[in-house]
Amino acid sequence: MLAYIFRRLAYAIPILIGVNLITFALFFVVNTPDDMARLQLGVKRVTPEAIQKWKVEHGYDKPLFWDAGASGISRLTNTIFYNKSVRMFALDLGQSDDGLDIAREIRQRMWPSLAVAIPVFVLSLWSTITFALLLVFFRATYLDLAGTVLCVAMMSVSSLFYIIGGQWLVSKVWHLVPISGYASGTDALRFLILPILISVVAGLGAGARWYRTLFMEEIGRDYVRTARAKGLSESRVLFGHVLRNTLIPILTGVVVVIPTLFMGSLLVESFFAIPGLGSYTIEAINAQDFSVVRAMVFIGAVLYILGLLLTDISYTFVDPRVRLS
Amino acid sequence: MLPVLLGSDLLLFLLLGIIVAGAVLAWRDPSRRAVWHRIGRRSLAMASATVLALFLLVGLLDSVHYRLRLDQSAKGSPVYGVEVYSALDALLMPLKRDTEKTYSAPLATRLFTKESAADGGLRDFPRLRFGGAHLGENENLHMGDLGERTLRGLAGGILVWGIFFLLLGGGPGRTGVLSVLLVATLITGPAIALASGYHVFGTDKVGQDVLYLTLKSIRTGLLIGTLTTLVTVPLALGLGILAGYAGGRVDDAIQYLYTTLNSIPGVLLIAAAVLMMQVMIDSHPDWFTTTAERADARLLALCLILGMTSWTGLARLLRAETLKLRELEYVQAARAFGVSSVAVMGRHILPNLGHIVLISLVMDFSNLVLAEAVLSYVGIGVDPSTISFGTMINAARLELAREPMVWWSLVAAFSFMFVLVLAANLFADAIRDAFDPRAVN
Repeated sequence: MLAYIFRRLAYAIPILIGVNLITFALFFVVNTPDDMARLQLGVKRVTPEAIQKWKVEHGYDKPLFWDAGASGISRLTNTIFYNKSVRMFALDLGQSDDGLDIAREIRQRMWPSLAVAIPVFVLSLWSTITFALLLVFFRATYLDLAGTVLCVAMMSVSSLFYIIGGQWLVSKVWHLVPISGYASGTDALRFLILPILISVVAGLGAGARWYRTLFMEEIGRDYVRTARAKGLSESRVLFGHVLRNTLIPILTGVVVVIPTLFMGSLLVESFFAIPGLGSYTIEAINAQDFSVVRAMVFIGAVLYILGLLLTDISYTFVDPRVRLS
Repeated sequence: MLPVLLGSDLLLFLLLGIIVAGAVLAWRDPSRRAVWHRIGRRSLAMASATVLALFLLVGLLDSVHYRLRLDQSAKGSPVYGVEVYSALDALLMPLKRDTEKTYSAPLATRLFTKESAADGGLRDFPRLRFGGAHLGENENLHMGDLGERTLRGLAGGILVWGIFFLLLGGGPGRTGVLSVLLVATLITGPAIALASGYHVFGTDKVGQDVLYLTLKSIRTGLLIGTLTTLVTVPLALGLGILAGYAGGRVDDAIQYLYTTLNSIPGVLLIAAAVLMMQVMIDSHPDWFTTTAERADARLLALCLILGMTSWTGLARLLRAETLKLRELEYVQAARAFGVSSVAVMGRHILPNLGHIVLISLVMDFSNLVLAEAVLSYVGIGVDPSTISFGTMINAARLELAREPMVWWSLVAAFSFMFVLVLAANLFADAIRDAFDPRAVN
């Protein structure tokens, strides 16, 4: 098992290098640092001196890959590629364009993100699976049909509508919780309820339909008929046998997102003014802060690869036939 | 009048041509025709297809562009205005032209905000310039006029529907088409009757008619949902088949490529690419002659970016299916006869992947329409000057805090988007049920 994990981690390295090269190409080869400086400083009437000053301040004045003027190892290290990209492998994320330490910002902002993301994750998993099992329980009846139609209708509604509509109804009409904002400690609860609730409802339609398809595929199998034939109740069949046997496809979709919960949700956090990593990313996009976007891309890729590894390991827990080697 | 062919128009018509050609080819094959017949007999499938066709009609009308000729009398080379119109604009010219000062509620005769009268009178809600202007002094006739127009519209709608009914007749699947057409004519009739005198969905902040904006948004949504496939399908087909068929090093390289792309969180990759594209467009203003062209280039670039970031899922499916097909007897036989690899991939494997591509395309369409709104909200979507559901929602969102609320832009954009996406989802389900042998009934 340990050997497997180490080998998988070794596989991750070329992928991370690939991610790094892609982002580097996107940010520095497609456009020159001069273009970025001009965008930051305003396109019209900007002096070459101002551009040069901006580049020096942000470390973009070096050559891209190879500094012929330097000597020894600093030919490689005194470049944008080394300073901005290679250093990320040591999780040295550098500074944002307005001079703040990105790693410190991330450490601070991940807690509000997790405060929203973890309850959303748990509650949506529970509610979608329960709803899907209910539909399967009432399969081939009008209840199932109505439920499936409801799922399709729910997944056809824009997520923006859930957020805007929820804020309007719960906060503005019913005055139950504040529209947006955040507080520390237990005080945060009243700010968190609405975003969590809305996220769960927004994901219910697509999720329940997906799980319903999985369960329906499983319910036609022979072992299910055997289980019924030996007199098990329908709920025992569903929860004990069908759910258990669909765990592999469920885990494939679920475990991979666990590490990325850190990243938070872009939309929900920005609508509810929660100071998490999602709103950090949105602010960076709107301020065109390329360093932050680059750092978030890299962290997102690391977390995703971690999620893939966790998925493979989780298989061994639910299915004894799976052996990692 | 100078016809203008924007890049997106060209690609849209190209795509339409491909679809028509594909449909003709599929029609010749009896087994495929049987599958389409099966879809044609299902009311829900035909109903959703009709809704999609109506949206497509609006989108296509909005894709025929031209520039108006200025100063008819001048001799020599003609001069054309910089504004680009479409056939839809020509149809809806009164709606496009008759802008009010600022917000007004649906079907209102007065503005939404109070203003001091010019002669120093009391602050009051001023009358609209166009909405209900035909009433003149008799504003008390407002309700009666609305009712009369609605009735006239309903009557006209039923008349038009009767013509459709006579043309189509009964038959399996027709009920779906006819019921959608009934709803559509019953909505369009009164809408046309009312729109000639009022703003049916009200006006937005700068006084533009919201109905006009909503209809214009359809094209943007359709373009994002369809043009992206022009990037994803060739990439996914080419690389997926190649990886599955060639195996070995080639397979490793292609798998590495899509795992790497897949590891980057989608929104962030799109954000990074769109930011870079913005820098590129901003630093080359000389590339475009009109603002419409610039907005169009941005829309196309967005489709390209969405396509580059979303081909991986389809490629993985196609690779897996190719691996399976490669070992089947008929492929083995073709290889034993000495058919070249390219011919095997093109003639024997590719045609048997069609259903996977089709299912994944129709399922992606609705997600792309929804994604456009979200991306435009985040600020990495279409150009702010392009009318789209996303830009409409984004503009209206800022006015939610107003008391009383300005709700009509949001409701219009969300409901049109909902109908479009719902129809696409239902149609996708029908396609999947008909084509996917594994589908659960």
